[in-house]
Amino acid sequence: MTALTQAPDRGGPAQPLLEVTGLVKHFPIHGGLLGRQVATVRAVDGVSLTIRKGETLGIVGESGCGKSTTARLLMRLLDPDAGEMVFDGEQVGGTDQTGGVTLRDYRRQVQMVFQDSYASLNPRLTIEETIAFSPQVHGVSGREARERAHELLAAVGLAPAQFARRYPHEVSGGQRQRINIARALALQPRLVILDEPVSALDKSVEAQVLNLLVDLKEKFGLTYAFISHDLNVVQYISDRVLVMYLGQVAEQGPVEEIYERPAHPYTRALLASRPSMDPAKRRTAPPLTGDPPNPVNPPSGCRFRTRCTLAEDVCAQRVPVAAPLSAGHEAACHAVMPGSGHSAAPRIAA
Amino acid sequence: MSAALKPEAPAPLVRARDLTVRFVNRDATVHAVNGVDLDLAQGEVLCLLGESGSGKSVTLRALMKLLPRQAKVGGSIEVAGRDVQAMSEGQLADFRGGDIAMIFQEPMTALDPVFTIGRQIAEAVQRHEGVSRSAADARALELLELVQIPSAKRRLAAYPHELSGGLRQRAMIAVALACKPKLLLADEPTTALDATVQIQVLLLLRELQEKLGMGVIFVTHDLGVAGEIADRVAVMYAGRVVEEAAIGPFMGGPMHPYAQGLLGATVHPSMRGKRLTTIPGAPPSLEKEPTSCAFAPRCPTAEPACLAGVPPARLVRPDRMARCIRIPAA
Ligand SMILES: Nc1ncnc2c1ncn2[C@@H]1O[C@H](COP(=O)(O)OP(=O)(O)OP(=O)(O)O)[C@@H](O)[C@H]1O
Ligand SMILES: Nc1ncnc2c1ncn2[C@@H]1O[C@H](COP(=O)(O)OP(=O)(O)OP(=O)(O)O)[C@@H](O)[C@H]1O
Ligand SMILES: [Mg+2]
Ligand SMILES: [Mg+2]
Repeated sequence: MTALTQAPDRGGPAQPLLEVTGLVKHFPIHGGLLGRQVATVRAVDGVSLTIRKGETLGIVGESGCGKSTTARLLMRLLDPDAGEMVFDGEQVGGTDQTGGVTLRDYRRQVQMVFQDSYASLNPRLTIEETIAFSPQVHGVSGREARERAHELLAAVGLAPAQFARRYPHEVSGGQRQRINIARALALQPRLVILDEPVSALDKSVEAQVLNLLVDLKEKFGLTYAFISHDLNVVQYISDRVLVMYLGQVAEQGPVEEIYERPAHPYTRALLASRPSMDPAKRRTAPPLTGDPPNPVNPPSGCRFRTRCTLAEDVCAQRVPVAAPLSAGHEAACHAVMPGSGHSAAPRIAA
Repeated sequence: MSAALKPEAPAPLVRARDLTVRFVNRDATVHAVNGVDLDLAQGEVLCLLGESGSGKSVTLRALMKLLPRQAKVGGSIEVAGRDVQAMSEGQLADFRGGDIAMIFQEPMTALDPVFTIGRQIAEAVQRHEGVSRSAADARALELLELVQIPSAKRRLAAYPHELSGGLRQRAMIAVALACKPKLLLADEPTTALDATVQIQVLLLLRELQEKLGMGVIFVTHDLGVAGEIADRVAVMYAGRVVEEAAIGPFMGGPMHPYAQGLLGATVHPSMRGKRLTTIPGAPPSLEKEPTSCAFAPRCPTAEPACLAGVPPARLVRPDRMARCIRIPAA
């Protein structure tokens, strides 16, 4: 396997591409004159998720709920404090002795595209140099890497003759985002993590980039994790959706289930916050009020209870576990968990 | 154009005619705004929509005379009956924050990180109303309550970085409202917010606007946002308004090909599984002032006549303006 071919499928189609269990990342906050640790931000606090081969998993949730931290953990740009990651059946972070996939190999198969297309490109490299950079680091010859860069530029709809020699400041925002995507594909990854990839773009450019992402996925056999706060975009692009709240998973399931039968009160509030798109039927009251709790000191039991219209005593006493609702659809809410003790919970059949 | 839309309107809050803004630098000139007419009635909400770089922010700043020195501004601007272009520095200081105030996408640009929220609001009140410090402090509390900041009393003592994005946005709105402006200019104030906070801030702005009878010009590139707050929309392209209409009919079906492209490219639940419509090409460089329809090179229905000159602003319906020679007149 060279750096310019996609790593082969190992586990077969039924084996999820990435399975993550109990992922945790806490950030220390230092303060005072001595810079001692004074608190801990529980940014990601026990996230489990599965990304199947060839699918797009959409990730949504309030600002600060831990989406980008999760993305960085999935990329292994950050080391998790706890949790397991299994990539195509192999433990991530293995060694020759323990088996599994090494971090170096893993990082080649998983790539990321960030929101800020400008900050993530080196201003002193031409576009072809930017795209050819990682393959060269992985031992591909300069000539071959450049050829590959031109192919990728063409694949993202930028004529190489026109764009290869330009610098990042000489192209538009939408074009820069295409360059970021081309760069992410340079090492033939299997999984691409897209963190708000279209949020900074104009609507007309956003549509171009979304079409492009759909085409590239088909063409290169990719799997996506797609983070966005635009609920319409997530609905458009995702096969399954994961809803996060304050460092944890509130609900996940197939996109139709989440959008048509949301079960978690937070998911419902989130979806009801979308503009109506009909000036005759404007929203009259915000579906969610109050401020998100501080991730330094999250509420006991269910983290959403402080803003939830269904909250009861049990919600403060016990942490809800994910209740299965239908195939692949689950929500961490006492009100849908049979036998939880919540007055709205389904009874357990005798 | 909008003057033609509302011939009977008494004294408009904003009246701009043939507004032009060019940025002249040593090696290049940018023709950012190329003849914009705007009217806004008291208590009306106008949304400016349009592609990035089309001149929305520059238009807004021109209304407040808040452009850098290399900006050459032409045309006439009246706000609350006063000639903005002719104002002296002293008059401007009074005008800003008195008759007119502005809020931005990034509240940290408008809030001073070293002063508490309470001090900043009280300061604005004192500067413009010359009241005592204690009266200004009391008013600051009222304002934080007005923008529905929970535990307002405690939040007076908070520094900007201690607030969440949504609360910061509310605090900035409170600062802007400190002197009861007649006109509020809002430059994408909800673009950086997530869905749940965005709708909170939009509903808040709508409520305050009605309560205080303010006129608002609100820049956004999100049609959904315009649908929640606007009475009227003006769509800009390459420094000109290419369509202007009441929000209802506009969302029912834009008429200018650029506006149609914008609506078509906006991702919508019914589009799942379908290819999105895009607008081919890119907006023009504004180094020269466009001398024909600036959208023609990207327009699916363009014809040679579109390149003959700048399409005039015409009424295409009794209450609707568009600059496109292909749309039959009303
Ligand atoms: N390096 C860090 N040190 C300390 N705290 C951090 C660090 N990175 C993130 N956090 C905190 O962790 C929490 C989760 O942040 P994260 O960036 O993952 O959120 P997000 O869901 O991506 O939000 P957004 O939608 O605003 O991008 C936040 O409270 C954030 O302030
Ligand atoms: N200080 C300046 N010097 C030179 N050109 C400028 C300056 N400020 C703005 N421009 C240019 O004027 C044009 C209009 O800019 P403006 O900021 O009004 O766009 P906009 O419609 O608000 O776009 P966006 O949606 O991206 O905010 C752009 O081409 C911009 O590059
Ligand atoms: Mg993020
Ligand atoms: Mg702008």
